This record gives sequence, C-alpha cells and structure tokens, in this order.
Amino acid sequence: MTEPAAPARKRSWQTARVVAIETLTPRIKGFHFTLPDAPAFVAGQHMDVRLVAPDGYEAQRSYSIASAPEHAERIELAIERLDDGEVSAFFHDVVQVGDEIELRGPLGGHFVWSVRDGGPVLLIGGGSGVVPLMSMVRHRAAQASTVPVTLVTSARTAADLIYLDELRRLDANGDGFTLKARVTREAATASDLDAGRIDRPLLESVLDEMAEPSFIFVCGSNPFVGTVADLLLDLGLPPGRIRTERYGG
Amino acid sequence: MATRGFSGKGRPPAEQDRLPPGQYTTDDFPVLSAGPTPRVSLDAWRFTLRVGPKPVKQWTWDEFNRLPMTGVTRDIHCVTKWSKYDTAWEGVLVDDILADAGLEAPTPWVLAHAFDDYTTNVPFADLGGGRGMVAVRYAGQPIDADHGGPARLLVPHLYFWKSAKWVNGLQFTQRDEAGFWELRGYHMYGDPWKEQRYSGD
Repeated sequence: MTEPAAPARKRSWQTARVVAIETLTPRIKGFHFTLPDAPAFVAGQHMDVRLVAPDGYEAQRSYSIASAPEHAERIELAIERLDDGEVSAFFHDVVQVGDEIELRGPLGGHFVWSVRDGGPVLLIGGGSGVVPLMSMVRHRAAQASTVPVTLVTSARTAADLIYLDELRRLDANGDGFTLKARVTREAATASDLDAGRIDRPLLESVLDEMAEPSFIFVCGSNPFVGTVADLLLDLGLPPGRIRTERYGG
Repeated sequence: MATRGFSGKGRPPAEQDRLPPGQYTTDDFPVLSAGPTPRVSLDAWRFTLRVGPKPVKQWTWDEFNRLPMTGVTRDIHCVTKWSKYDTAWEGVLVDDILADAGLEAPTPWVLAHAFDDYTTNVPFADLGGGRGMVAVRYAGQPIDADHGGPARLLVPHLYFWKSAKWVNGLQFTQRDEAGFWELRGYHMYGDPWKEQRYSGD
C-alpha cells in the first residue's frame, strides 16, 4: 500500500475567513473557509482549529476536511454539535459568515486516499464519520475516476444522513460508486434506505457485490469503529488494509 | 488574534501548571488507533528487547509478570487535544526490564514496537530513570484491548501516541529513527508543554 509522504514543512496557523455556513443535518453544519495560503491536501486529512479568548485562553480541536482536494481554495469542515462541546457549540451558535478563524493544516498522513492509490475501496462511516470519506468520494468524482468505491453509512434517521442527496446523485451516475445507507432509529422511509445497524450480514453482502477491497477506511464514534473493525476481521479481511479514525478522541 | 465572540466560557479553573497549552480535560478515556484492535492472546504474547536487529532477551507473559511491578499515577496528554488527570497504571519500569536482561542502554535511542506493526521512537533518557514503563494494569484491572492491552508502553510526560499500545518490544537503534506517526508528520519528540504536535512545531 502506498502512503503519501507527509510534508515536513512547518504547519503555521493561518487566519481563514468563513465564506459560507450550511446546515447539513440537525446536528452538523458545514463551514466553508478561504485561506490566504490554500493548503494542498489529500482526501481524508484534517485541519486544526484554534479559538482564542481576549485574555489569551485557547481552545483547539481537529476537524476533518469534507471538500475535495481539487478545490483547496475553499475548504469545507463539517462540525457536529456535541452536547458539552466548547468549540463545536461556538461554531454552531456564534460563528457567522465573514468571521476570521485560525486554522492550520493539512494534518494526518494515514487516513488518506487518492485515486492514484487505486482500489477497490470500501468506506464505512457512522454519522459524522462520513466527513473525511466524503472528501475521498468528491475527489474521485472530481477526477472522473472509475475506481470502484462503496460507501456504507448509517445514522439515526434519514435527516441525520449527511450529504445523502449528493451521495445518491453520485450513486446514480453508475460509474463505479455505490452507496449503501441505513437508518438505525426509524423505519426505512425510502427504497434505498434499510433500517438497521451496520452488521455482519450487510457487510457480507457488500463484500459479495464488490471485488476484494484493497483499502478499507472506517470512521465514526469509538464504539462504531470498534464494532465494524472487529466484523471486518471476523470476515477475514487483513488488518493491514483497514485504516480507522475514531471521533470523540 | 482573539476570535470574535469567544470567551472560553465554561472552561475549567486556571490550571496553568497542570494543563499543557491547547489541551482540555476529559473524564472519559478516548480511544485512538490507526487500525483495528489486534487480537493478542496471552499464550502468544512475547516481549522482546533488541539491540539493533539482535534480540537480547524475550519474555513470555508469565515471565514478564514476574518482573518487579511499579505503580504510578500520572496525567496523560493526547495530541488530539484531550488530557486526562490521575490515570493509575502498574507495570514494569524500563529500568527493570533492562536490569533483568543485564543490559545497560547501548545507544541513546529506542524504537518501541507493537503487535499491529506500530512503532514510535522515544529517547532512552525519557524511558530510563523511572520515567517510562511497560504497563500491564490500568485502574487496578488488566488493560482493555482498546486501550492497548495486554501491555502498553507508558511515557506519560510525552504526547500519548508515544505510549505505544499493544507493545511487544523495545529496540535500541543507532540513530533517532522515526516511528509510524513520526513518519506521517508528527513531531519526533512530542513534549506537550512545548506543544510539539507536528514536525516543525
């Protein structure tokens, strides 16, 4: 497997400007930023955000990039509101278009994929765990790639499935991208949405329908990633092909 | 630059001598890893001390657990910004591992190895003198696999990626060799008090 070399340059803080805010789900907003020095990044990477109070107190968090590397001049970070989130609540309640926010990155050199790496690729995201996977899917589309990629995702309700409309459109293109979406806390409301968790039978059927994946990316909450990674090992997939990223850590 | 509208309301009381810059405290114990949790049976568990490519000594789980056990309670700091206070560990000090092998540190550099092929580099100066251990218990219990059990390295004064989960060996190297995250943009040393998160920090 290939790994892009991490650039060894210093990752300096930049003052980014918020140019758009989108409500993506009841709990997740997309924040679009322009940066003075637009970072070249690889799909799957994240940015660090720094908030500074007038007295110098700082809070920092990492957020995955949702947009495609092809559009580095305007990057999208999708931020889920956490119940006791100091930084996520600030973004949801206070941040407005035109605000300046300090960012640095791109960061992370393992949970990354480019069309040059090839496939097939299996992406599995729980809730906001789809965000870095979305950058990969958008990158593939921007490159007009036909590398087989299947995205398996679940969220509580259809309204909580982030980027659902865009993913459905990409699936309908029939160019090798497949979406399998599930809802865990409501009855299925559409023909392409099953009710239920991501479980062994679902993963078995997904793996039956695709050639053996060379790359598997799993992102979501810690219990989600733990459960899915264990199922993949049970199904005989080699641990070295499975890359994980856990939120809430 | 102050961020418009950000006051840091609800922050914990000032703890400047306890909380490194850019960190926040959590009572949870978040889990982070680059891949699946490896399945390590105690029967198959081995810990190997190497100088360069050469194994110096290897311990089974039972042999390792007969080495002197030391308990420590320390604050830990993850590069993803969370810190957790007063984590209680028991394990074998790196000093005691070397003593059992009859080895004095032959080089100043150590690469820790793990069952999932993870590696991380730590200077010997940060492992010896009671500063580092191979922990086998957390909060009085065997360490959960998600948290690195059966055994993990514990170097609490550096960012926690240096405390390799599922550790299965220490290797003295001829130079400071970058490990898994250090090859992927993270800092070679990782001092939370100097905020050495990424290369160049």
